[in-house]
Amino acid sequence: MSASATHLFQTQPTLARRSEVAVFWLFRGATYFVLFCGALVFLDIFVKGSRTVFQTKAPFVNTTFLTEAPESLYVFEWQGKKMEMGDREFRAFKEHTPAAAQVKAESYVYSAGGIFPCIVGTVLLVVGSMTIALFLGVSAAIYLNEYARDGAFIRFVRLAILNLAGVPSIVFGLFGFGMFVIFFGWNVSLLAGWFTLAFMVLPVVITASEESLKAVPKGFREGSLALGATKWQTIFKNVVPYALPGILTSSILGIARVAGETAPIMFTAAYVVRDKLPWEVDKFSDFFFQGVMALPYHIYVVSSKIPQNEYTERVQYGTAFVFLLIVALIATASIVLRNRLRNRYKW
Amino acid sequence: MVTDASVLMDPRPAAPSSATASEDKPAVRLPTVTAPADAATGGASTPVSETLIDIDHLDFFYGATQALHDISLQIEGRKVTAFIGPSGCGKSTLLRCLNRMNDLIDGTRVARGAIKIRGIDINRPDVDVIELRKRVGMVFQKSNPFPKSIYENITYGLRLQGLRDRVRLDAIVEKALRGAALWDEVKDRLHTSGLGLSGGQQQRLCIARAIAVEPEIILMDEPCSALDPVATAKVEELIQELRTRFTIVIVTHNMQQAARCSDRTAFFYMGKLIEYADTRNIFTNPANPQTEAYVSGRFG
Repeated sequence: MSASATHLFQTQPTLARRSEVAVFWLFRGATYFVLFCGALVFLDIFVKGSRTVFQTKAPFVNTTFLTEAPESLYVFEWQGKKMEMGDREFRAFKEHTPAAAQVKAESYVYSAGGIFPCIVGTVLLVVGSMTIALFLGVSAAIYLNEYARDGAFIRFVRLAILNLAGVPSIVFGLFGFGMFVIFFGWNVSLLAGWFTLAFMVLPVVITASEESLKAVPKGFREGSLALGATKWQTIFKNVVPYALPGILTSSILGIARVAGETAPIMFTAAYVVRDKLPWEVDKFSDFFFQGVMALPYHIYVVSSKIPQNEYTERVQYGTAFVFLLIVALIATASIVLRNRLRNRYKW
Repeated sequence: MVTDASVLMDPRPAAPSSATASEDKPAVRLPTVTAPADAATGGASTPVSETLIDIDHLDFFYGATQALHDISLQIEGRKVTAFIGPSGCGKSTLLRCLNRMNDLIDGTRVARGAIKIRGIDINRPDVDVIELRKRVGMVFQKSNPFPKSIYENITYGLRLQGLRDRVRLDAIVEKALRGAALWDEVKDRLHTSGLGLSGGQQQRLCIARAIAVEPEIILMDEPCSALDPVATAKVEELIQELRTRFTIVIVTHNMQQAARCSDRTAFFYMGKLIEYADTRNIFTNPANPQTEAYVSGRFG
């Protein structure tokens, strides 16, 4: 028996063996903990938010919440029943039932209606700022990677870009306020918000675009130039298309950030409340110079600028839920686009 | 000759001195400009070997490192010229000087001497490097088909020149692929990715891509170094066919390859041209003891 228990390759309970197990469980534990925290956040928003967004009656989705503007909520007692009504509904109710004219109702701002203007505003902010950021960022990356010769100045530019990535978003907000809102006189407007948000994600876009351009093999450039292509023809036809999937991957991260940041738009683009929808403008140019409502700012307003109660919580979580959904939607669209490009240009 | 010179030097398509060139659209200009070249060399009927590329006392630097020392050699038209030598001897550098691909590398310069193609110094400031590269095509060591379809690979250079006519493009694609002995293998999948081809097919696709723009000279930088013997044999066979229409300069590590497919061979060592002679002489009766040592496999 003892001979079979201790053979040549017998497991030894050394420190190295035991620490192997400990290290494995440390890493696995850390991973599961992160997963757990993430799940907790999502579940919390999902559970609380779905109460606002979904309903038990058909069509099962709270269309009012998704398609209407926010309004005040009136809560009152009527014939022994507790009633909850939005502003317009309450006024109509009082007209139709004269007996109710004198009813005492408690009002809660922004707790009824929906968040449609915020959804529109956020989508507009994301699309506009990402367009600007991609155009400027890809252009700069092409210049840095394809044209500029490495020197002290270019190294300085790269350092500046890296530093820009570390600037807190509130500082970008302040910069946008001073620069676009005050100095350029754009006031609180879509345009000011676009540029402020674009500047905020530019470092990410530039860095990632540069990496993607670097990953395109040198042979494609040489092959193109050897066929008598100019430098720009080579870059446009034979470098940028292959770098696009990578550039889009980075811009997906940018989208989440642009959509999510509150600080940069607080002073530059966001209104607490606005009656008109963005396309209800007199002339086309006004479109760019109007402020909008936005989802993250709306969450901020309903969770810190108004008295808190059970009714505001509904709006908070409902908005957060829709917000996550929209970011996921835009990101999915970019991922689909990226995968299509990737399949087209595989190397 | 005059027509050639003005086209090579002038970046704009409609060269005032060239009547034939200005009549045609930029897209169809190339066949026209190669026509005088045919006349000058007398086509295939008269084997007059004239100097097409004249390298004259060339010194070339990468930054502070001198890569080529006082190189002088004349390359004849419609011949295959091989550059051989051990790694780092400067043969690829010289090849890349011929279509100025070295311009892409920072800090390179021609310090002295000149490379003349049809009598024109290609490093002159008024030479348009785009025009130069249209006439001096290149095939690289690592085959580099673009991640596009076979068809798009071949038409890439022509589209750049503005050729959009589908019928003409189709004809040129077929001609180029036949010219590169690839047509029968890919004719049914012209619109699939060029990267789906085997290594040897990819390299022949690159050759087809180069000949589609009808260059006068084709530079090949170790075109078979990544290929297996069967694929190599095919490319070598192809070189034999192409020599009747193009002037080919080939860099190779493989001495048997140089012996098999070139007319003239230049042996380089440490950035210097050691010997340049008919291939037969280089391999059977080299004048220089270093050449003899290299071709017999005693070093390198």
